[in-house]
Amino acid sequence: MSEATRMDRREFVKLLGGGIVVCINLGPVTIFNSSAAPAFQRGYPEDINAYLHIAEDGKVTLYSGKIEMGQGVMTSLSQMAAEDLGVTLDAIHIVMGDTDTCPRDRGTFGSMTTRFFGPAVRAAAAQARLVLTDLAAERLGVPRESLVVDNGVVYVAADRNRRVSYGELARGQAITHTVDQEAVLRSVEEFTVMGRSPQRLDGYEKVTGQAKYAGDIRLPGMLYARVLRPPAHGATMTRVDTSAAEAVPGVTVVQQEGLLAVLASDPETAETALALVESEFDVPAAGVDTESIFDHLVAAAPSPNTTEQDGDLSVGRQRSPRTFEYTYYNSYVAHAPIEPHTALAELSEGKLTVWSSTQAPFSQQTTIARETGLPPEDVRVITPYVGGGFGGKVPGQQAVEAARLAQLTGRPVQVCWTRAEEFFYDTFRPAAVVKVASGIDGEGKIVLWDYQVYGAGSRGSDVFYDVPNRSVRVYGEWGGAPEGMHPFAVGAWRAPAANSNRFAAEQQIDIMAAAAGIDPLEFRLNNTKDERMLSVLHKVAEAYGWEPAVAPSRNGRGRGLACGIDAETYVALIADVTVDSATGRVKVDRVVCVQDMGVVVNPDGARMQMEGCIAMGLGYVFSEEIRFEGGKILDTNFGTYELARFSQVPQIDTVFVSHDDLPPKGGGEPAIINMGAVVANAIFDATGARLYRLPMTPERVLEEIKRI
Amino acid sequence: MKETIRFSLNGETVTLETEPKRTLLWVLRTDLELTGTRYGCGVGMCGSCTVIVDGQVVRSCMTSLESVQGKDVMTIEGFARDGQLHPLQQAFLQQGGYQCGYCTPGMIMNAYGLLLRTPQPTRDEIVQGMESNLCRCSAYKRIIEAVATAAGQNGGSHE
Repeated sequence: MSEATRMDRREFVKLLGGGIVVCINLGPVTIFNSSAAPAFQRGYPEDINAYLHIAEDGKVTLYSGKIEMGQGVMTSLSQMAAEDLGVTLDAIHIVMGDTDTCPRDRGTFGSMTTRFFGPAVRAAAAQARLVLTDLAAERLGVPRESLVVDNGVVYVAADRNRRVSYGELARGQAITHTVDQEAVLRSVEEFTVMGRSPQRLDGYEKVTGQAKYAGDIRLPGMLYARVLRPPAHGATMTRVDTSAAEAVPGVTVVQQEGLLAVLASDPETAETALALVESEFDVPAAGVDTESIFDHLVAAAPSPNTTEQDGDLSVGRQRSPRTFEYTYYNSYVAHAPIEPHTALAELSEGKLTVWSSTQAPFSQQTTIARETGLPPEDVRVITPYVGGGFGGKVPGQQAVEAARLAQLTGRPVQVCWTRAEEFFYDTFRPAAVVKVASGIDGEGKIVLWDYQVYGAGSRGSDVFYDVPNRSVRVYGEWGGAPEGMHPFAVGAWRAPAANSNRFAAEQQIDIMAAAAGIDPLEFRLNNTKDERMLSVLHKVAEAYGWEPAVAPSRNGRGRGLACGIDAETYVALIADVTVDSATGRVKVDRVVCVQDMGVVVNPDGARMQMEGCIAMGLGYVFSEEIRFEGGKILDTNFGTYELARFSQVPQIDTVFVSHDDLPPKGGGEPAIINMGAVVANAIFDATGARLYRLPMTPERVLEEIKRI
Repeated sequence: MKETIRFSLNGETVTLETEPKRTLLWVLRTDLELTGTRYGCGVGMCGSCTVIVDGQVVRSCMTSLESVQGKDVMTIEGFARDGQLHPLQQAFLQQGGYQCGYCTPGMIMNAYGLLLRTPQPTRDEIVQGMESNLCRCSAYKRIIEAVATAAGQNGGSHE
C-alpha cells in the first residue's frame, strides 16, 4: 500500500465504527519497529504497534500482533490494559496475531511481550482513562480532579450518583490519541487486576477442546496435502514417478519448482498416495555427525566477536596460583512442540488468507507474498492458538507450502507436518563448544575469565561476577552462522545460547569453588557486588535451607546451585539429585527457583512459566539430542528423541524476590537457562564426577563416575 | 470397499459409509469435525489423540474405524454436560494444568481412563498412569495436582 492511500488517524477510528482509539507507539529504538518492511494491514498509520479501542457501545478491545502459544500473555496483557483503564478483566477483549486487524509486530519471542509491550499497553490504557475522564469532566461540568474511575464508570467522588459510563462517553466520538506524558500509571498499591492470578482467559476453551489451532480450521472443499521430502538436507531429486499416486481416486498431484505434493480430501488418502510416489535422490556424502560436530564447529567458526573485554588476561594468569581450563559441549536440540507446524491457505477473489501456527505472523505475511508473487496487502495471516513454539515457529515454510498449493489447486489447502517432518525441518538449537580458562587468587577471588563460545551465540555469556581480567569471545551467533558451519538449519530455542553458556559458566564457577575449598554459595556471594544477584542468591539459600558445605559430599545424593540473568530477570536455582552410581541414572528430587522479575503481573502465570522451564529443561539435561549423519536426521519421533515426562518432575518450589519498583521483566525463559549447570553441579556434589557434555545420559554419567 | 460403520459418539449414534480401515483420529477430525482430538506423533507415543472406547483409554491415531464398530466412543467434546464442566476439566482449569493447551484434551481423557481404573490414585499412581502422555510446555506438576484434585472430588464421574 502506498503512502498516498494510507489513511490518517481520523479515518482510522471511523473505520473501527467510531469511539476512542489510543495508539501505542513503542518508538524507533525498540526492535518491534521493523525498519525494513512497511506495514501492510488495512492502512494503519505507520507509527503504531498496537492500539486500544473503546467502541461506542463501551466494548474495549486491544489489538496486538502478539500471539498466544501457552505463555499466558492473552491474560497478562489484558490484565495490564484493564488495570490502567480502570475496568474489570472481563471487560477487555483481545485480538491477536491477525495481520489484517492488528498493527505490525515483529514476533512473539525473547520474553519481550510483557517486558517491552506490556508497559506500552499500560500507558495506552492510562491515556484512555485520561481521555475518558476529561470527557466526563466536560459532560458532568466538574473539574477532572473531582472524578474517580471504578469498573468503567466515572464518578464524581463526592457524589457517586453523578456518574457516566465509558460507553456513554465513547458514543458519537471519533477520537484518536497517542500516549503522552500526562497519563499516570496506577501504582502497585492501587492494583486491583494486576499482581493477581485470575483464571486464564484461554482456559475454558483449552480444557473443553474448543480452542482452535491452525489444524482445526475447516473450510468447504479443503484439501489435505502431503509433500515429498528429501531423505537428507542437501539432497537433490534425480528421478520421480508420480503415476501410481495419480491413479488413486480423488488424488491430485502437483509439482512446481521444488514442491511436489499429493492432495486429497482426507489426510490418510494423501498419505497413502504419497507412499506411491517413486523418487530417487542424490544424497551428498555425510561430512559431520553427532560425534564429529564439535571439532567441526571450532574449525568452521567465523572470527570472534569480543563482547566483553577488561583488564589483561596475562596479568590474570600471573595472579592466579591455580588456573582451570575446561571445555563444555552441547548437542543439537529440537523444539518438538506437540502441535507440528501447520497452515491452512485459501485463495478467494485474489486474496490469500492463511491460518498458521506461527510466532511471527507479519514476517510470514512478507514471506508468503514473496513466494506467491501476490502483493503483501492481498495476503492475510491469521494466528489461532499456537500449540507450543519455544522459538521454533518463527520461520514459515509450512505456510508458504500451503499458500503455493492453494494457488496451484484453487482449493483451500492444509499442510500439517508429520512428526518426522517436524524433526527434519526444525531450526534446531545449535550444537556448541565452550572453552573456559579461569583463575582465582589466594582469597578465592576470580581474577581471570577467558571465555570462548562456538556455535551457540552470546546470550547468557555476560560476566556478572567481578573479574578484573576478562575476555568473552563469541564465534558465531545462532542467527548468523556462516554457510556450512551447521549441517542443517539452526535457530532460536527458548533462551537461545543461554542454555549452553550457563551450562559452561556456572560449572566453571563451581569447579573453582570446590578447588578453593569454599562453599559454592559463599564463593558466588564473594565474587559479585550485583545487588539483584546477591538478593536472589540469598533468597534461594533461605528458601532451600542451605547449610554451608564444600562440594563434593560424595554420598550419592547431592545439591547444586546455579544463577544467571536472562531477559533482565535474575534467577537462581538449587537442585537436589540422587545418583545411582551403578546405572548412571540421575533423579532430580527437588528444585527451588527464585526470580527477581520486576513487578509480577500475574504471579500464578509467572510460576507456571518457571515450572515449565524447569521440567522442560530436564529433557535437554538428560536425554534430548538430535542424532544425525550429515544432512540426515536420525531421530524421527518421540521413541528415540525423549522429552521430559511426568516421572521426572521433581518437587518444585518457586519464589519471587519482590521488586515492584521495576517494570516487568522476562518470564518465559529465564528459569530454563541454568538447568544444565544446576544438575551437573548437584551430580558433582553427589559423586565427585564432572559432566562436561549435554545431555547427561546415564552412559555419560557412568563414564565420568568411572573416571574419578 | 466402503462399509457401514455405526458407533456411539459422545452418547449419540453415528453412522458412516466409508473405508473401515481408516484411522479413528482422522475420521473424528475430518468427517465428524471434532477437532479436540489432536495429532501429535501418529504412532501412539505422545497421547494428544487419546479417546475413551468402551471405558478404555485408546490412542485414536492407532485405532481403526472398524474396531469401534458398535462401541461407545467418548472424546473431549462429550465431556462437559449441559454447559457444566466435568470435574476433571474444572480441576485442570483451576490448577492451571495446561499452557499451550494442545495436549490438554488427551491429558484429560487419559486421566479420565486412569480414574475409572483407579478412582483414588496415589501420587505415584497418577504419575504412572499419565506417564505416556507428553506435554512439551511441561505443565506436568499442575496436571498431577489437577488429577489429584479431581480424584478427591470423585472425579471419575459427573455424579
